Amino acid sequence: MAKVFIYPSTSLILSDLVARFGHRPLSAALQIRERIQTPGLESPPLQITPEEPKKGLKYAAVEVPSGVRGRMSLYGPMIEDAEAAVIVNDADFAFGCMGCARTNELIKFLIRKRKIPVLELNYPKNEDEGQEFVAAIHEFLKSLGSGE
Amino acid sequence: MNKPYSPGYAGTVTKYVFVESPDLTPADLAIRAYEISKGVMIKETCFGLQITGKETDVDPVIESLRKLDPVHIFIKDRGFPPGDPRRCRANLGGARPGYYSHEFEMSVIRNISSGLEHLPERDVSRVPSPPAPSSGTKLDAGTLKKIIESQEP
Repeated sequence: MAKVFIYPSTSLILSDLVARFGHRPLSAALQIRERIQTPGLESPPLQITPEEPKKGLKYAAVEVPSGVRGRMSLYGPMIEDAEAAVIVNDADFAFGCMGCARTNELIKFLIRKRKIPVLELNYPKNEDEGQEFVAAIHEFLKSLGSGE
Repeated sequence: MNKPYSPGYAGTVTKYVFVESPDLTPADLAIRAYEISKGVMIKETCFGLQITGKETDVDPVIESLRKLDPVHIFIKDRGFPPGDPRRCRANLGGARPGYYSHEFEMSVIRNISSGLEHLPERDVSRVPSPPAPSSGTKLDAGTLKKIIESQEP
């Protein structure tokens, strides 16, 4: 079972397909869960404390907005932990403020820099594309071994 | 000064179960889940269920639910437990943020269902050609400068 980073990291489709084909999806929910289940000081809504941007310094310089560094404290450890990645590129809902947009660029850059197996796709717009989309993810995950 | 924070439902996992099926409604799914749940918390929603409990208890329930309609049931992790006052719209006084990805992905999910349905009968030697990002080169700064200069009188 390989740990597969998914982008967008909130994706239902990728999370389901990776788990369905026998691997472990690394999604944002896991990091959020870890934070909200750890006792400490109250920092609603996501329990992101002032410590997180400091942890993000490992991935982005100090002059980078704290929003990017805070987000990277969630995604960075998962990228380091990942053995493969599936990226869907035309996820318009992942677009947001500069914090989100720059974090998204940095995530893709760090994944490529890790030189792990990466599958890049677009969302399927019809059923034919859907069949190719699922088959491509299935093939990719099968190539990682010890899955389904 | 921040107040001390002690988490509820520590050590549990929450899973979303989405159903987009012509044969199965979230209510059917909830009844089946209640039948086989052993102490896990189940919340029925408009799109499916949220199941919270120990990972060892939740996993058999979702695997069993998935078998009801494998190509139309989709499952993912959720960070917060159901009804958490920081996310639940009952406390926030309006629509809750964070459903944009679900809203978008549910609009293309029938394409994924079709893919899953046809996967077993697919010829294994056929190389998949998924919708891929365009690899066309983008306009570089030098070319853009030339275009701008050619437009000047």
